[in-house]
Amino acid sequence: MISMSNGLRNCLTLAFLASFSTLTFAVEFDLREGVTDMSQRIQDLHHLSLAVCVVVGIVVFGAMFYSIVAHRRSRHPKPADFHESLLVEIVWTTVPILILVGMAIPATTTLLEIEDNSDPDLTILITASQWKWHYQYLEADIGFYSNMTTPTAQINNLEPKGENYLLEVDNPLVLPTNKKVRFLTTSNDVIHSWWVPDFAVKQDAIPGFINEAWARLDQPGLFRGQCAELCGKDHAYMPVVVEVRLEAEFDKWIDDQRLAKELSSGQAVADRNKTWTMAELMPIGEQVFLTHCATCHESTGVGQGVTYPALAGGEIPNGPLEVHIDLVMNGKGGTEMQSWAPQLSDRELAAVITYERNAWGNSTNDVVQPKTIYATR
Amino acid sequence: MVAQAEDVIPQRSPLMAFMARWLLTTNHKEIGTLYLWLSFTLFFIGGAMAMVIRLELFQPGIQFAEPLFYNQMVTMHGLIMVFGVVMPGFVGLANWQIPLMIGAPDMAMPRLNNFSFWILPFAFTLLLSSLFMEGGAPNFGWTFYAPLSTTYGPPSTDFFIIGVHMMGISSVLGAINVIVTIFNLRTPGMTLMKMPLFVWTWLITAFLLIMVMPVLAGVVTMMLTDRHFDTSFFSAAGGGDPLMFQHVFWFFGHPEVYILILPGFGIASQIIPTFARKRLFGYHSMVFASAAIAFLSFIVWGHHMFTAGMPVWVELSFMYATMLIAVPTGVKVFNWVATMWRGSMTFETPMLFALGFVILFTIGGFSGLMLALVPADFQYHDTFFVVAHFHYVLYPGAIFGTMAAVYYWIPKWTGNMYDERLGKIHFWTAVIAVNLTFFPMHFTGLAGMPRRIVDYSLQFADFNMVSSVGAALLGMTQVLFLYIVIKTIRGGAKASTRVWEGADGLEWTVPSPAPHHTFETPPAFPPIMDENESTSLNE
Ligand code: HEC
Ligand code: HEM
Ligand SMILES: [Cu+2]
Ligand SMILES: [Cu+2]
Repeated sequence: MISMSNGLRNCLTLAFLASFSTLTFAVEFDLREGVTDMSQRIQDLHHLSLAVCVVVGIVVFGAMFYSIVAHRRSRHPKPADFHESLLVEIVWTTVPILILVGMAIPATTTLLEIEDNSDPDLTILITASQWKWHYQYLEADIGFYSNMTTPTAQINNLEPKGENYLLEVDNPLVLPTNKKVRFLTTSNDVIHSWWVPDFAVKQDAIPGFINEAWARLDQPGLFRGQCAELCGKDHAYMPVVVEVRLEAEFDKWIDDQRLAKELSSGQAVADRNKTWTMAELMPIGEQVFLTHCATCHESTGVGQGVTYPALAGGEIPNGPLEVHIDLVMNGKGGTEMQSWAPQLSDRELAAVITYERNAWGNSTNDVVQPKTIYATR
Repeated sequence: MVAQAEDVIPQRSPLMAFMARWLLTTNHKEIGTLYLWLSFTLFFIGGAMAMVIRLELFQPGIQFAEPLFYNQMVTMHGLIMVFGVVMPGFVGLANWQIPLMIGAPDMAMPRLNNFSFWILPFAFTLLLSSLFMEGGAPNFGWTFYAPLSTTYGPPSTDFFIIGVHMMGISSVLGAINVIVTIFNLRTPGMTLMKMPLFVWTWLITAFLLIMVMPVLAGVVTMMLTDRHFDTSFFSAAGGGDPLMFQHVFWFFGHPEVYILILPGFGIASQIIPTFARKRLFGYHSMVFASAAIAFLSFIVWGHHMFTAGMPVWVELSFMYATMLIAVPTGVKVFNWVATMWRGSMTFETPMLFALGFVILFTIGGFSGLMLALVPADFQYHDTFFVVAHFHYVLYPGAIFGTMAAVYYWIPKWTGNMYDERLGKIHFWTAVIAVNLTFFPMHFTGLAGMPRRIVDYSLQFADFNMVSSVGAALLGMTQVLFLYIVIKTIRGGAKASTRVWEGADGLEWTVPSPAPHHTFETPPAFPPIMDENESTSLNE
């Protein structure tokens, strides 16, 4: 209730402000200024067009309200009978055209700059899939997925919501300051749209096509956005988080990532050489399942109607092992069941498949080894 | 609504007679009534879905609607409102009024007219039945972008496709009927440039319908073959192009939004002169502006796709063309103001709704102009700013327009005056509720809230709560409207022939209620209006 009366108060204040000034809105009423040159120029353009609309509105509605008051029958019993004037029509056709030209010029120059994607210092390939982002640093050969981390308990109102509710991820995109960063967007399934309001970058990610956009950032910070194109069930749960670091810190981060990559490949070798037991794999499998699979198949494996099949007692988890491995690794084309081979490590895949075959009453007793997964890749 | 049952075959049981009357009728007034009731019924269904949406968005977190169900609600709400409420509503008004306004005995093709209507209940039953199917109703937004609607669409998508085909057939047949009627059945002396503006705007709308509904039919057919017959129109994997879907859809979609508003322009142009007691200012420029809007509506579709990645010169062309639409639209608004200027105005309910239309529609027009600027659109696109924009043009435009028309003409239809006091209450609550619901959406959008999301981050909470409260109020005003309409049908002060003191036009020369058959011989034109005779209510 308190926040409602806040909202109402905001609304009234706004009505008041809007009628007097276009440029002094409290921040929450206004388009974000953002942190790039382009986002600021877009905000200027927004203010310009808003101001034009407010001025035209005052003139037109002013005339109308004057007429409503002065030309009501009680005050003005005898209507005039003019009903045509070529001159007036010409005037109110040409004046708007001139105003529009005045708006089109700054819009055009800004657009030409925004669309100038030449000479980037750094290129990120952003690949969307339901419902996460993958970031690939083309120059550095590093890539990772970025998933929302807001717990379901917060979404279902079982826990208080955190400050960055729905706008927090496991791995943010890390970018350097003072570089022209080019974003290439594409998608593996449906159309998504990568949007960071503070950069004024919104670019659709379309399967089979690559779109371009860019930003130059001059201050470090954390910036949050969301997927902007309806992309299915969890469209609301596909945040974008970008962490901008000073150039030197960024370079160090890139080196760390490279090292981690090598380590993890060393790790992968170790995983393969080891023979895992069911007891070791099940908890890892459960973790992987809850993070990646439960949004569709439910944490209890019961699925959701015909759309997302049940795995508890399901045909494939209780059927031949090779079929199960193949389905999880390669997905099923044309359905939301995507291929997980590029997203999960051998150990994680082995664990999640083992888990599916032995959880919720499934009891095949199969233990899948990372080396089997490696051999199937 | 009240129509004599004179040509019903007498020896049937009352039920059969009732069924036969409404199923088999070829009378334009009865068919008009059917369309209006269908539209009104679907308005409650689409409105109930809006209530579910607003209930879910009342607070952050998931309370009432699971994500997939929410997406179904958003999609069905949009589809029902556009295809089930606004379009049939306007066709109903056309059916009632066009013959009466041009002095014709009926529509030119009465049987076709019956057929056009009776397709619709089946189309919408089909569409609504998808809510109860396995996998749920369509969930990809009313714009049904591929591949979300093709490869990834639920099984019910096929029912949606067939439903859209049926609505399309109905609209095209209805439009042909309107065009033939207007071209052939005008009373002698009524040249094109003497037609009432409602007739003009409907003529233009009918041409738009004939041109774009087949495009819609084409795009859903391509979807169907992509889904079941291994074509790849919209799938990059097979050499197709998902962006082509958007081009084809919006080539239909933008003219469609003018289909949803042009008859409203016509209605305002009938009502404002009546209550200003002064002729419409700039009749010729009104006609030309409507035609210019219709023409421009074909070359601006790309403004829905600025973030989809188009060459910069294409973006610029679409931006300039879109900005240009503001000019004829502005001319219309200026002409309405000039019509009021130095008139002698009274403010009965139809006039109030017409003025609400002009003011709030203009606000929606302003945000439309802002959206046309490509760089700014990069920020606005697919946010609640857009939702605010199109509700400002659709609600006050199409819905207020239709309600204004109902208040204006219902005395002619039923022979009874509506309750003026309730009408005014209806108007003022609706105006307050519309602004309370939709104005805050501008701010959530500017602050960065994407549209079509079931759940949102905490910064958007306050304004969403305001919107939801407004929506509840708006929902209640519909019940009031229903009550007013039923009350008027059942009785009320008797309406005179001319009804409104300042009314002008052929429809005001037939008795109230308009008899079952009117203008069996073409009336004289221009009509001679009875100066002393009106039941105008107040001021
Ligand atoms: C985006 C939603 C989604 C996610 C996330 C998802 N799946 Fe699936 N899964 C599906 C769909 C849809 C199918 C059914 C495919 C079909 O039509 O056959 C499916 C089918 C399956 C099947 C076959 C079930 C059967 O008996 O037919 C298995 C096994 C499976 N998924 C395992 C997984 C695993 C393991 C994960 C996590 C690593 C996962 N899924 C994540 C949507 C999902
Ligand atoms: C009772 C009044 C109404 C309320 C409260 C309401 C509310 C909403 C809301 C909140 C959305 C956005 C949902 C989202 O993006 O998550 C929406 C979408 C929409 N509304 Fe309404 N609306 C109302 C009336 C109308 C009317 C009268 C029309 C048309 C004449 C209409 C047409 C649409 C369309 C086309 C969409 C887009 C659907 C989509 O995104 O696919 N609405 N409505
Ligand atoms: Cu999305
Ligand atoms: Cu458009």
